[in-house]
Order: sequence, then C-alpha cells, then structure tokens
Amino acid sequence: MMYEIDLAVIGGGPAGLMAANTAAEAGAKVLLLERDGHLGGQLVKQTHKFFGSEEQHASMRGNDISTMLGDRLGSFGERVTVWKSATVIGFYEDGVITIDHNGIYKKVKPMRVVVATGASEKFLSFPNNDLPGIYGAGAVQTMMNVYGIRPGQRVLMIGAGNIGLIVSYQLLQAGVSVAAIVEGLPHIGGYAVHASKVRRAGVPILTSHTIVRADGAESVESATIAEIDRGWNVIQRTMKTIACDVICISVGLTPLAELLWQAGCKMRYIPSLGGSVPLRNDCLETTVKGVFIAGDVSGIEEASAAMVEGRLAGLEAAASLGFKSERYCEERNDCMEQLAALRSGPTAEKIRSGLACAECR
Amino acid sequence: MGDRRITNHPILQFSEGEIIHFTFDGKPMEGREGDTIASALHANGVKVLGYHFMTKRPRGFYCAIGNCSSCLMIVNGKSNVRTCTAPLKSGMIVETQYDRGVPDDV
Repeated sequence: MMYEIDLAVIGGGPAGLMAANTAAEAGAKVLLLERDGHLGGQLVKQTHKFFGSEEQHASMRGNDISTMLGDRLGSFGERVTVWKSATVIGFYEDGVITIDHNGIYKKVKPMRVVVATGASEKFLSFPNNDLPGIYGAGAVQTMMNVYGIRPGQRVLMIGAGNIGLIVSYQLLQAGVSVAAIVEGLPHIGGYAVHASKVRRAGVPILTSHTIVRADGAESVESATIAEIDRGWNVIQRTMKTIACDVICISVGLTPLAELLWQAGCKMRYIPSLGGSVPLRNDCLETTVKGVFIAGDVSGIEEASAAMVEGRLAGLEAAASLGFKSERYCEERNDCMEQLAALRSGPTAEKIRSGLACAECR
Repeated sequence: MGDRRITNHPILQFSEGEIIHFTFDGKPMEGREGDTIASALHANGVKVLGYHFMTKRPRGFYCAIGNCSSCLMIVNGKSNVRTCTAPLKSGMIVETQYDRGVPDDV
C-alpha cells in the first residue's frame, strides 16, 4: 500500500523538527520519519546552553529545546504523523521513499520532501586507530549525557573545535579526567569561551600537535602524541606517550547525504561544508523539484543554523503546495536575517564561501 | 563496575531505571531500563563487542548513534545487530560476533 502525504520530513533532529513544525503550522499534512526510537537527533545530548538570539532559543539547553519542539509537534493533532524507529532506506527518482519502520517495509509518496538527515563524525588515520576505546566525541557525549555512563577514566581529546572543547568540559562534569586536548592547527578552532572553561579546569590545549599512534592489547591503554611543524610533519624529538583508556576523535563532521544522491540531486564536493553537499536555491530546494534540505546535510554548521534552515525549508515546502499564511513573507525574511546573522563574523567566512559554491539558479 | 554509571552530575539527573537482566557470552549481567545493549555492556566494563571478520582485530563502538556499524553483535541468535542503538531487553542473549554473520530470514 502506498501512503500519500503532503510533506515527508526525513530526520527528527533540530532541522527536521523545525521543518515539520513550520509546515504543519502553515497547514500541510506532515509525516516525520526518525531512525531512532526518540526525537531530537543530537540535541538530546547537548546539555550546554545555546548562544544566539531569543528566536534561536539562546540560553536554553539542547536537550530542553528538543523536548519543547517535540511537544509542539503533538499540538497539531492528526495533521502530523511521527514514525519513530523508521529508517528511510531508499529514495527513488519517481519520488517514492521506502522505509523500514520497526521491521516493517513501507512505501510513501509525498508531494514534497525535506531531507534533514544530519551528519556523521569524521575519522582520523593513525596506527591502531581501530582499538576499542577510540570513540567519536559525539559518541562519548551520547554515552554520558543520554545513557549516564562514563566512557572511561582518562580521556585524550583529539580536536579543539567546539565539539572537542564542549565534550571535554562535559567529561569533567561527569567526573572523567581529560589528559589533554590535541589540535593539529596552530590555533584553537572553537569559541574562546569554551576553551577558557576547560583551561580553567586545568586541561592543557596542545596546538600544533597530533596523535602519532594508539597502543593497547584489547583496548586503548596509551596514546603517543607529538608536535608538528608547519608542513604537518611530526617533530620526532617531541614525541611523548600519555596513559589513557579513551581517545576521543573530534575532527569534524560530514553530511549524511546518501538519500540525496539516490534522489538524483546534483551534488558538489565542498570541503569547507564537510563533504559532498547538494546544490540548492535560496528556498533550500535542491535541483530535484520538491526535494528540500535543512541542517547539517546541507553543509556542516551547528544546531542554531539547522533550526533556522529547518524553519525555512518547512515554510517553503508548504508554500509551494499553496499553504501560505499572510505572514509568509515576514517569516521568510526573518529566517534569512537570522541565517545572515549566524553566519556573520570572521569565523564564519569558511561557511559563507562554501555556501556561495553550493548555490544554484 | 557500577561506578561507570554517573550518579552525581551538575546538570543532568539520571533516574535509577529498573534493573534488566541479560547475558553476555553466557555471563549474567545487569543493565538499566533506558540502556542500549552497548551502553549496558560498557557499564559492565565490556569494551570489545566483536572481532573483525578477516583481521580478527577487536572492535568497539565508534559513533554510538547507529551510523558506523562498528558495534555489530549477535543478539538472540541474530547477527549484525547495531547494539549502540538497539534497546536492551530483559533476557537478551548477547554474544560477541567473530565473522560476517548470517543474513536474516526474509
């Protein structure tokens, strides 16, 4: 049986939740598909307070934002259907999407789709990088903040971007010691406010350093690190071994764009956005008509931008079906202004130039 | 190894969920309501979830959100279960996976 619906939103993280809420608000019938058993995506483990403006839920913690957006979806009654434990496994060129919903195979033909599948953590190449105890920083955050379990006793963090810094601080909050944060670049990539917090707690941030190897019998027992020169070559005499039972990898994210490839969207490899991303217009519509994108799958940013993109994609997908309130223009302009503000400043230059390469039409 | 569970946290509160009994490679173990299979094993100090089918090198979880397939195990006789997202259930028989596993009956 083919299930028909106005809009399918794939992914129930910050972008997908906003897209579903906004489209339902406009009057569209929405099906939200979430692979996990609960909504929220990676918001559920983000226990830090958000920055930005009030519209972007600044000063709220990610896990609370997730609950709030999920609750709001419930207020639309029958207009919104949520399938949890529903993995989209195929996106066909005739617009049919196939789903494994709790072990049952289903087919859906939506009029419009918002793909908000997020991202996955990148990996790093070094000897013994497959030892148990080497975890993605996000994985460690999930273990601690969602399941309440310490990943180990002493962690070496690789990467001083925002995730590396925030997870280091959250490890300390959970009572785990952090031996050091190792960063290949000559400077700290994340916000100074996060870096200061971990430094105040006594964690050294070693810039121009890299991990050389990991060692251990069945799981991690130590890591060898070293300073690197400007050409990223290891300076041999600076090598030292650090005892640790966890090595946390925080070297960025890459978009989970498989469904967009399947749908036939025109893709472009843009390193500053984290990998291959779909070309899109200013409504966040891809080169396949009716297929919209929002959040990290459209280029790696952070949850605040993902939520605004989700709102914009939901607004535009609904509008293209005729669900357009008198506040449509106002809302659209508001999204554009918020995105411009989030992407202002020198640190966002990378994102601005990346996005300029991903524009079409 | 109960001390792996966080009881004191400045922001989060973890409710003491009901105890769930399961076995890992024949050994009886305890998890908590709300655990995934991998989180329960980790709380019991188990980091090695399987061995690579060719190199036989040990494997643990990597992403913990169902992306990377590094945490595949045999659960109730079914192989290739993503234990980092599969909820723990009472009486589960969890086993280390050493090979590619067997496809599901369709």
